[in-house]
Amino acid sequence: MLVIAIALALPAGLRVIVNNVGSVSGSWQGAADFSVYLAEDVGDERAAALADEIRARDDVADVTLIDREQALADFRARSGFGAALDALEHNPLPHTLVVRPAGGASGSVEALAQALSADPAVHLVQLDTEWVARLRAILELTSRVVDVVTVLLGLGVVLVIGNTIRLEINNRSVEIEVMKLVGGSDGFIRRPFLYLGFWYGLGGALVAALLIAAALALLRSPAAALAALYGSDFRLAGLSASQAALLLGGGALLGWAGAGLATARHLRAIEPR
Amino acid sequence: MIRFEHVHKRYPNGKDALRGISFSLERGEMAFLTGPSGAGKSTLLKLITLIEKPSRGTVLVNNQNTSRVSRRRIPRFRQRIGVVFQDHKLLYDRSVFDNVALPLVIGGLGPREIARRVRAALDQVGLLGRERHAPITLSTGEQQRVGIARAVASRPDVVVADEPTGNLDPELSLEIMRLFERFNEVGVTMLIATHDLDLISRMSHRRLRIVDGQVAADVPAGEAGHDWEAGD
Repeated sequence: MLVIAIALALPAGLRVIVNNVGSVSGSWQGAADFSVYLAEDVGDERAAALADEIRARDDVADVTLIDREQALADFRARSGFGAALDALEHNPLPHTLVVRPAGGASGSVEALAQALSADPAVHLVQLDTEWVARLRAILELTSRVVDVVTVLLGLGVVLVIGNTIRLEINNRSVEIEVMKLVGGSDGFIRRPFLYLGFWYGLGGALVAALLIAAALALLRSPAAALAALYGSDFRLAGLSASQAALLLGGGALLGWAGAGLATARHLRAIEPR
Repeated sequence: MIRFEHVHKRYPNGKDALRGISFSLERGEMAFLTGPSGAGKSTLLKLITLIEKPSRGTVLVNNQNTSRVSRRRIPRFRQRIGVVFQDHKLLYDRSVFDNVALPLVIGGLGPREIARRVRAALDQVGLLGRERHAPITLSTGEQQRVGIARAVASRPDVVVADEPTGNLDPELSLEIMRLFERFNEVGVTMLIATHDLDLISRMSHRRLRIVDGQVAADVPAGEAGHDWEAGD
């Protein structure tokens, strides 16, 4: 039972982790915002005018101007480099425009970035979305790996339960023989073994769900602490109701399948003599 | 009811268990199958219960050619035959009731009908009131009666028994045989393999003697056996 539970808990647990990382990056996915750093010699008025200009474009949803003084104040407050910054003669930070593109296609964002960087007042366009895209690609790959692991371990569960049922069939061969002698059909004789496999699978899945819940309970407070360090209110999510149902249903189904295979292979061998 | 026509049975190991057996048992008849050990009595019964199929010849049970019964239809075929074994073949992890009920559960009867028939069968073998007992707590003779109750519970047309008294003392053996007679009286066809010649000489039923896979003698009911029948 524990072997079954662990075999089921592994893919389900991995899936939970992928989901959680996905939900962390999900908050960044929608915001394809990028930063436009203006040239150092661009003044306050020019920056504000440029912001209005860009905001007027069709492919731009919004523009936020981050004033260089404000940026410095933020940096001083957050970085802990206050003393070092005081040593500087002047503010090294330029004005920054945070541009939120309209629509969603990444191609148009690229084009927009290109167009904006053509302006002589713009020093650099930083597409922050690139690493988000990379993370998403990595997550996608991980998700596929979890899929493969799920299939393999699911197969493992079928075999483990199949083996358990095979042993049970051997233990009860006398009973099976008597049943066949008094006219028990294959279906009749199979049924209790199928039920047994079903319960093994369901029980294993239940234990797996408990294992995952226990693991998450252990991880919850360190994860919250880590999120707090990043100024995020991210909460570790457990199995959703539908995922839990999928786990239990999947476990039961795998158990049934394992028992089905075992009975199909081994019941026939037991015949009255 | 049961009809053998030139039946040969050769096992995969090359042993010829039956060599051209022909006989027939009419509906409602009761007969003993005798003969020395290894003569083919058990094989003959196995052909009737479709544990084995004939190598050559035809076995008809209930007008059904056993060679033509597919593997899938064997269970239904067996449901119409009651079988009593020398070693009872009871399920020792179940109560007497559940053992007798087994063929009825398999037959798909409802719980009330099952309870009714199980009690009727246990009543007939004199074990009513022991239905909640575990078979292991019963004596050998009582266990055999549970086995008989199971064989007749589904009201089969034919009951075959393989050495049903093999492990019993003469008194209990006679009791079991009288039980078979009572079932026969209500129309059940009976074929009983035994080498308890002393016992069957006290009963007047047909005797079919098998020696070396062939019918050596077929003594009708009421006739005395021959001297050469003895000595098994």
